[in-house]
Amino acid sequence: MAEFALPKNSRVQPGRKHPAKAGAKNVKEFRIYRYEPEDGGNPRVDTFEIDLADCGPMVLDALIKIKSEVDSTLTFRRSCREGICGSCAMNIDGHNTLACTRAIEDVDGAVSIYPLPHMAVVKDLVTDFTQFWAQYESIEPWLQTYTTVPEKEFDQSVEERGKLDGLYECILCACCSTACPSYWWNSDKYLGPAALLQAYRWIADSRDEATGERLDELEDPFKLYRCHTIMNCTNTCPKGLNPAKAIGEIKKLIVERKA
Amino acid sequence: MATRSAIGRVKARGSAREGVGHWKMQRLTSIGLVLLVIWFVLSAVSLSGASYLDVRAWLAGPFNATMMVLLVVAAFWHAKLGIQVIIEDYVHHEGVRIGSLVALKLAVVALAAACLVAIVKVSLGS
Repeated sequence: MAEFALPKNSRVQPGRKHPAKAGAKNVKEFRIYRYEPEDGGNPRVDTFEIDLADCGPMVLDALIKIKSEVDSTLTFRRSCREGICGSCAMNIDGHNTLACTRAIEDVDGAVSIYPLPHMAVVKDLVTDFTQFWAQYESIEPWLQTYTTVPEKEFDQSVEERGKLDGLYECILCACCSTACPSYWWNSDKYLGPAALLQAYRWIADSRDEATGERLDELEDPFKLYRCHTIMNCTNTCPKGLNPAKAIGEIKKLIVERKA
Repeated sequence: MATRSAIGRVKARGSAREGVGHWKMQRLTSIGLVLLVIWFVLSAVSLSGASYLDVRAWLAGPFNATMMVLLVVAAFWHAKLGIQVIIEDYVHHEGVRIGSLVALKLAVVALAAACLVAIVKVSLGS
């Protein structure tokens, strides 16, 4: 039946407290989800007090500071620190977003940091993206044509290129998919907003010649129609994109080709 | 141990090539129900305090009988589509899911049939 509670080994317990150093001027509390797969224990929430006078402005700066100065076992993904790689996606202050573009001062009170919701946790803030990448791969995210490839490039007008705005910027951080209740309950069958926005990115591309096949593949009660227009995806996207609209466009194209 | 690849699992179900019919009917029945429910509420208000004979005479009119039949069909159709989605979303045990979907479809048809029979009987006055 439906599941309403976390399994026993997933219930979060109180963890350690790391107080600020003596003489700290501007202390901010960070409550961070910790899970160590090798000790067999439950996850816990550790509290770190950080002096903001000696810390960069973003949540990622605080995480890096904690890892280098307080607890080197704290595990998280990060790379570009400027919102273009999507590695540091996590749940900050109840919102899925990128740690590198979320300012600490925008969070009132203690900063709670959890891994992306409803994903299998590998360790601490690192979640397992295997299925998410497989779903992305399944929409065949590359240009497909029947026309012989021209010597130079496929032509595209300025207006046609404009249709890709709001789609090509997606960095596949998974904030949207892991904010979607439909994806929580049925991620094994529903592709989720990220993969569907990417699917629409190729459907909307004037150079792609596999549009019909792409629509065929998406017309499925679970792959596409689990989207109930809840809009958490659009609400949480750290890049300000609108996956719900992209999904709506796919549904529109599928309904238009029917009698 | 499960050894099937992630992409293999994702692609295993293929595409059912359906879902648009459900999506379309849910919207069509919604539009129909907006009009039918407004008509039904106005009628019910205008019939408040009326005797059983008055209501029977009202339902015997071909327009009212037709609207009543449409209301029943649209309401049960819409309910079936909506409850089906809730079951598909939340019930993950395969047997329970299939069982409840079958029960839902049978119940909806039976209840709609009972309502239609009632409309016919009351309006024909037997």
